[in-house]
Amino acid sequence: MMSTLWRMSAMEKSESSPASPASPAGTIGEPLIIAKGLRKEYGEFTAVDGIDFHVNRGESFGFLGPNGAGKSTTMRIIAATLTRTSGEITILGKDPEKRGPEIRAHLGVVPQQDNLDSSLTVEDNLYVYGRYFGLTKKFIRAKIEELLTFAQLEEKRGVKVEALSGGMKRRLTIARALVSEPEILMLDEPTTGLDPQARHILWDRLFRLKEQGVTLLITTHYMDEAEQLCDRLIVMDKGRIMAEDSPAGLIKTYSTKEVLEVRFGADRNDLYAEKLRSMCDRIEVLPDRVLMYSDDCETLLHNVVSQGMQPTTSLVRRSSLEDVFLRLTGRTLVE
Amino acid sequence: MSDTKIARRGSLQLINVPKVLHRGALYVAEARIRVMLKWKWSIAGEAILNPMFYLLSIGIGIGKVVNSHQASGIDGVSYLAFLAPALLASACIIGAVNEVMHPTLEGFKWNKNFYAMYATPISGKQIADGVLLSGLVRALFGTLMYYGALLIFGGVSGWHSLWLIPATIFAAASFAALMLGLCAAIENSDLLLNIVGRLLIMPLFLFSGTFYSLQSMPKFLQFIGWLSPLWHATEVGRWISYGHHISTQGLIAHFLYMGIMYLVGVHYARHFYLKRLSK
Ligand SMILES: Nc1ncnc2c1ncn2[C@@H]1O[C@H](COP(=O)(O)OP(=O)(O)O)[C@@H](O)[C@H]1O
Ligand SMILES: [Mg+2]
Repeated sequence: MMSTLWRMSAMEKSESSPASPASPAGTIGEPLIIAKGLRKEYGEFTAVDGIDFHVNRGESFGFLGPNGAGKSTTMRIIAATLTRTSGEITILGKDPEKRGPEIRAHLGVVPQQDNLDSSLTVEDNLYVYGRYFGLTKKFIRAKIEELLTFAQLEEKRGVKVEALSGGMKRRLTIARALVSEPEILMLDEPTTGLDPQARHILWDRLFRLKEQGVTLLITTHYMDEAEQLCDRLIVMDKGRIMAEDSPAGLIKTYSTKEVLEVRFGADRNDLYAEKLRSMCDRIEVLPDRVLMYSDDCETLLHNVVSQGMQPTTSLVRRSSLEDVFLRLTGRTLVE
Repeated sequence: MSDTKIARRGSLQLINVPKVLHRGALYVAEARIRVMLKWKWSIAGEAILNPMFYLLSIGIGIGKVVNSHQASGIDGVSYLAFLAPALLASACIIGAVNEVMHPTLEGFKWNKNFYAMYATPISGKQIADGVLLSGLVRALFGTLMYYGALLIFGGVSGWHSLWLIPATIFAAASFAALMLGLCAAIENSDLLLNIVGRLLIMPLFLFSGTFYSLQSMPKFLQFIGWLSPLWHATEVGRWISYGHHISTQGLIAHFLYMGIMYLVGVHYARHFYLKRLSK
């Protein structure tokens, strides 16, 4: 399942990325966001610990990390709504602390928590938000039709937001962020709380936006989402950057081609660990299973069995970002 | 999320940034008024019925009793005429205060839509200004209705009494600005509502010389009245409406007090709005 997903994303990417999308303004590849030594402290606690990164125009850039890694904090600093403690950052060439409104004019922000106006209808939420960007009534009215279709909320246009399901609210929040045709679309955990089908539909929509030249910034703690959506990503943990590359590049650097997952039952996993370790590049012993890293896992499984260790279950799969994260931090992403 | 072809221009072409930087507060007020319009019937009903009930019961009912005991009236006029500017000011001020407090609590706490506004080119200062502005639009509506009722009941008369409207709005603006700042400053909403409801509004409104002249009270209670914007508004209102005596210095002091309260309020409101939005 995971490997098919991964292959699918690799395919879609090779279809979409070589034909560089034409952006309405500016050159593809020019850096839109540059951060150096970016730091944020909440009192004594350091949430973002001096990170460096840059995001290029037209690219889809990800922040992958577990809860508490500092992803939302970083996103809010980029969105020019949270002041940094120290370090440098420019967005579209401007300092968010001096030119916040001018930066925000070109961002579409989907916060981790939906913050729709619950006293207004679906349609009015989009309308009012468009007005905050100074867009004309005529433009917004036409845009609303498009966005309602996009978010599959045509039938809910006159319904008050408080009556919507969680998934509908999420879709509306994303649609709302698009009303101003932003240069940079920022999505903080866009699919948390969505069912699998809704996630796939959203991923598809995001690919299309990217094709139109929108720069995407995405945080997630789902490795499959990062693999699907991001051209390039940073792996974050405890406010620091652990690694940075394309999903494929990260996997190549920090993992093997394949992974063999074996289960022997809780007590025997530990028992066999030493012996298993000597049979491949690297192993990880998790509470319920052992992960064995090798470029040829079919052969490896064969060897394990022929050594007299019969796993209760076994699975050969391709390496994922989960494995990268495990390698970098010794922990799993979703705990 | 289905297929529609989007002819995208992009925000760099689409958005007139300088225009938004100038008009942000108006956009915020527009959004607030849009919310109010959802409640237009109850707002209109309240604006009409509230003065009716007040004037029928207090102005005329109690007035009858008061006037029959004091043939010369109070302050040289009928009890209703004495009461009218005070009732107008208190209704207007309370209306404006409600209309800034509720959205502030809602925007920061209950549905957090200020954070959504702040993700757009709107600045924290403009959100504060816009909320205040929309509160005053609502107060203006309430004041006009109340003024109309006073005209019908004979509490005010003559063209000069139209000046009551801007004077009352000025008083409402000053106190609403202060409350806007206070609301943004105090993040604990229960504490806020207790402070405002019990410690602030009640005494300020009881000791403002609404129902009887402040001079008839002990000095230490008069002091509360001096702090109250309602007392200042009432004094000015009586001066406008029926020529209640105030010295020139007194008049200047009233306006100065309200003006300073407005400036201080707006300053702190902007400050605390921004502080809360950007942390
Ligand atoms: N306003 C705040 N005050 C204090 N601590 C905070 C605040 N916001 C976030 N944190 C802490 O900073 C860390 C990073 O948070 P966040 O950026 O939300 O991480 P993520 O989005 O990766 O889950 C967490 O430990 C969180 O508890
Ligand atoms: Mg987060």
